[in-house]
Amino acid sequence: MQNTLKLIASNAYSTGATGLNVINLANDADPRTLALAGVDRIELNFPKFTDGRAFSQAFLLRRRLGFKGEIHATGDVLIDQLLQMQRSGFDAAVLRADQDIKQAQRQLDRFSGFYQGDAQRAPLFAAATGVSASVKNTEGVAA
Amino acid sequence: MYKYTDFDRQFVHQRAAQYRDQLERNLSGQLSDDDFRPLRLQNGWYVQRYAPMLRVAVPYGELASRQLRVLARIAREFDQPSAQVYETATTTQAALGTLHLPTGYGHFTTRHNVQFNWIPLDKSADVMELLASVDMHGIQTSGNCIRNITSDALAGVAVDEDIDPRPYCEIMRQWSTLHPEFAFLPRKFKIAVSGAREDRAATAWHDIGLHLLRNADGQIGFKVQVGGGMGRTPVIASTIRSFLPWNEILNFLEAVVRVYNRWGRRDNMYKARIKILVKAEGQRFIDEVEAEYQDILTHDGAPHTIPQSELDRISASFRPPALVQQTQAAIHQIAPDLSDKDANDYQRWLKQNVAPHKDPDLRAVTLSFKRLGQAPGDASADQLDAAADLADRFSAGEVRVTHQQNLLLPWVRADQLPALWQAARQAGLAKANIGLLTDMIACPGGDLCALANARSIPVAAAITERFQDLDELFDLGQIDLHISGCMNSCGHHHSGHIGILGVDKDGREWYQVSLGGSDGSTLSGAAVPGKVIGPSFAASEVTDVIEALLDTYRLQRLAGERFIATVRRLGLDPFRQAANQVRSETGNTGKELHIHLATADALTD
Repeated sequence: MQNTLKLIASNAYSTGATGLNVINLANDADPRTLALAGVDRIELNFPKFTDGRAFSQAFLLRRRLGFKGEIHATGDVLIDQLLQMQRSGFDAAVLRADQDIKQAQRQLDRFSGFYQGDAQRAPLFAAATGVSASVKNTEGVAA
Repeated sequence: MYKYTDFDRQFVHQRAAQYRDQLERNLSGQLSDDDFRPLRLQNGWYVQRYAPMLRVAVPYGELASRQLRVLARIAREFDQPSAQVYETATTTQAALGTLHLPTGYGHFTTRHNVQFNWIPLDKSADVMELLASVDMHGIQTSGNCIRNITSDALAGVAVDEDIDPRPYCEIMRQWSTLHPEFAFLPRKFKIAVSGAREDRAATAWHDIGLHLLRNADGQIGFKVQVGGGMGRTPVIASTIRSFLPWNEILNFLEAVVRVYNRWGRRDNMYKARIKILVKAEGQRFIDEVEAEYQDILTHDGAPHTIPQSELDRISASFRPPALVQQTQAAIHQIAPDLSDKDANDYQRWLKQNVAPHKDPDLRAVTLSFKRLGQAPGDASADQLDAAADLADRFSAGEVRVTHQQNLLLPWVRADQLPALWQAARQAGLAKANIGLLTDMIACPGGDLCALANARSIPVAAAITERFQDLDELFDLGQIDLHISGCMNSCGHHHSGHIGILGVDKDGREWYQVSLGGSDGSTLSGAAVPGKVIGPSFAASEVTDVIEALLDTYRLQRLAGERFIATVRRLGLDPFRQAANQVRSETGNTGKELHIHLATADALTD
């Protein structure tokens, strides 16, 4: 799998003025209510890493709404959820302070493929039957 | 059965390697126990009362003999606690009255899975690798995610089946496996699929229950029921689609689970299942699912519409085994040369444990794991090996784990029934009690499970011991007896004709008895939770209560009337009165009764 997720150490993440148009979206909010024009970055929060609502938010932003800006994961972000974040449409993750960024990268390299489609790819069965495996409207995924 | 591709095989090996890395980080202190917990749960590793418990996935119940032999090896080599763990466990349980805790065995669950109770956690990664070597895993057998998909133990062989559910189950298994968006749902999520007239998968009791059917044009699709579940608040699923084209099922499931992920309650674990959301929101829930489904079709481009070629590819795995197809057309029931008693036993076994088959030359045979001396659904390493041998000799190397915690051989030639009966009898697996009182469902209960309020196994054992006479069991007929050690309802007490639920109060075990529950089968009627017959009983009273209920049935039944029908006709009163007559402990003081009534209310909110 191609790695696209940017890893950011907790102490390297600036929450101050960046000059960017950033939206911090609560994890019970519906991303479909947002005006996305001119938005550079949307931060989706994990209050607990076991609260999976932000995965759906990221998927809707990236896949349904075709959002081309950055989607950052913040909050209780553990290295063992990075792969899910990448596949749901996040392009950056700000790790919880105690997480070891050196261990993080290899968590993204574990699987050579997945069954179901996600924000990045079509399902395995679509690839197997000759349909292009890349999802057309996700070119906005930042490298 | 499904044949793993290179991709599938690599995938489970990669999953095992990922788990080993997580375990090693946990053991070395880099990954805290709290952070490790959801990761190990999604690989089937609980930490129970005394030791870890592993739940191995058996997708829609199908197992090959080579897989059974690896399960036997895991039982023999790994399901062995350290002396210290075992000492603690036996000493503590002895104080409750449990005299022996077996080790070195597997346990079949109502959801087709196989559990082990004593494997030390530091060996867990070795076990996952061993499982991967035979195309097995523990992926999503626990945790707040989409669990193992269950089906009909007679799938693909049942005479009343129109559409074989197994290829659809496999497609759904693949779709749900490591779904990135749905690994941390509000709560666990269970899907069951049936393709026959008779519902043998208790679909109405599931978060999603699916029925394969044909519409007026002969096209195949699903009836979709959502929001069933047991636990504290038993709810029967609501039908939200009477016909969904088969190739859209993944898109529709995605819509249901996405709506649930957004709106399911996360503030209260007891209200977090989708059943609560469906009940609270009703039509609004259905409308939102339909809107989300339309968005998936129109905006997302329906990415998971299943191509016919994919269904064909998967279905190819489920053709009847070639060996079986060579069976000669004319097979006579060969009467084995038996003594009168054996002939009688054999006839009973044919009647009770042998089911008809789509192929008239074949039969489906259930091996009974309900017998004296072992807990319901328990199988020692030797018994697992013996079952594998029987599968190889008589059933094209395949078995099914049934919802009732037995093993079923799906491809038995009718002319081999006498030989199978002899061999199964030698292995101690030919008890002719399938569908009868002692073919009860029971969870592991308070001897092993950290959640349990009371023990299940001693209750099951006492009832099994009391009702050993096959004449009596046959006379009592089909009865679903379901026993759970707590409100989590792993023993499905809500759906039993007779349900027994363990509760605790003041440091003692008590048992609440309910009557008239149904899993949704033709015999039992539309799925419905049973009704509690009164205040809880003391452990010492439970077997007498069961006997009193059955005596009432025997006295009052009409000719040919089954237990459940008598309960429906008469209502609870005569049964309640009979049960109260045997309150040797709880009947003594009115005060004690009152306390138990309050307990019952509190637990069934």
